[in-house]
Amino acid sequence: MSDEEDDIILSELDDDELVQQMFDDLYDGLKEEIEEGVNILLERGWQPYDILTKALVGGMTIVGKDFRDGILFVPEVLLAANAMKGGMAILKPLLAETGAPTIGKMVIGTVKGDIHDIGKNLVGMMMEGAGFEVVDLGINNPVENYLETAAAEKADIVGMSALLTTTMPYMKVVIDTMVEQGIRDDYIVLVGGAPLNEEFGKAIGADAYCRDAAVAVETAKDFVLRKHNRRAAG
Amino acid sequence: MTTATPDPQAVTDEDLTRDGLPAAGRGRILLIACGALAREILDLKAANGWHHIDLACLPAILHNHPDRITDAVRAAVAEHRADYSEIFVVYADCGTGGGLEAACREMGVEMVAGPHCYAFFEGVQDFAARDEITAFYLTDFLVRQFDAFVWKPLGLDRHPQLRDMYFGHYEKLVYQAQTDDPALVEKARAHAARLGLAFEWRFTGYGDLATTLADWAGRANARQGG
Repeated sequence: MSDEEDDIILSELDDDELVQQMFDDLYDGLKEEIEEGVNILLERGWQPYDILTKALVGGMTIVGKDFRDGILFVPEVLLAANAMKGGMAILKPLLAETGAPTIGKMVIGTVKGDIHDIGKNLVGMMMEGAGFEVVDLGINNPVENYLETAAAEKADIVGMSALLTTTMPYMKVVIDTMVEQGIRDDYIVLVGGAPLNEEFGKAIGADAYCRDAAVAVETAKDFVLRKHNRRAAG
Repeated sequence: MTTATPDPQAVTDEDLTRDGLPAAGRGRILLIACGALAREILDLKAANGWHHIDLACLPAILHNHPDRITDAVRAAVAEHRADYSEIFVVYADCGTGGGLEAACREMGVEMVAGPHCYAFFEGVQDFAARDEITAFYLTDFLVRQFDAFVWKPLGLDRHPQLRDMYFGHYEKLVYQAQTDDPALVEKARAHAARLGLAFEWRFTGYGDLATTLADWAGRANARQGG
């Protein structure tokens, strides 16, 4: 960042300029600046949900697009995610208080035998940003963790992540168990991770393979809407 | 394509990382391998007198981009098919999600069994039996090229604060040593310290790589009446 940009005083910007600056700060992974921007918007009377969607998710959408286009790489995305996390930490309790709309609930975790959670964490964060309630199971999850939590939380979506070719078949174990228990159709099952592809997602009986966090959000929204429509029609 | 047999001493790790190794154009059988395995394969070739076997390596940095490996191997097989009577692929699955195995089956070429080189250096069955999900592995090549394959691509040179986001769930770095080199052991130990992980040195030698290549060399020789 240049000296000139260092001189920007966030509180002196009008709302539009501040949101634009927050896009830039998210892009640059500047956590403290994002936290400051969130607090300024709150002081100006913005609703937490508006700050989340217009400033934070708006900024992360740009980050996600540039990642997909090969302009940004994993380290930069992680820094941006970390900055967004800072903003989310301020907003989350306020969102709960203000009864912000919830689109649906997702249980998400990395499968058994796998400790990689960067992709899973990004998806969880973007899903929260999009208005989903996310229950994060963490890493190395056996089938019971998914199914018991999904049932207890009355989840709409079960999300599974794997980074290894050796662990991705475990997703099928989870889905097969759902089928055996007659609960497969109770949930939307989304899968993702570096070695996966659409063909694999179909082969194991998932509803969709999501190649990145932005796709996961759009896919989840689409499926939840369809589910609600089916309920309404039924 | 070069015409001289590559001298292992003359090829730098940086060449192998970025460019791989061109086939020498001699021999009836071609191994298409990951550049990270070039030294080990050339060593086995020399030790066993496999003069009928040629080696072409793809850039080792594909290790960091598994999604590109299958297409790169496909292209290399297509490029060399007419020049050799048999081709073998010295890659394991290497994070291709079964994609490389499917491509090799389709092309009618054999590849190395197992999920990745860490497994076949140790022996695929022994590796699986250990079930070490919190271990981060380095081979000789990766110890030497740690900055190019781990530290810089993960942005840790610019953003060291990201370290625990990547490695927070790992517990130890296992250096799977192909050679007994005290200097490499110390390097590997230092890498473990930089990642905040415990260190374990484990001598593997060439493991299943040696037995697989010997099997291929023998069978190919028998088929061709050599």
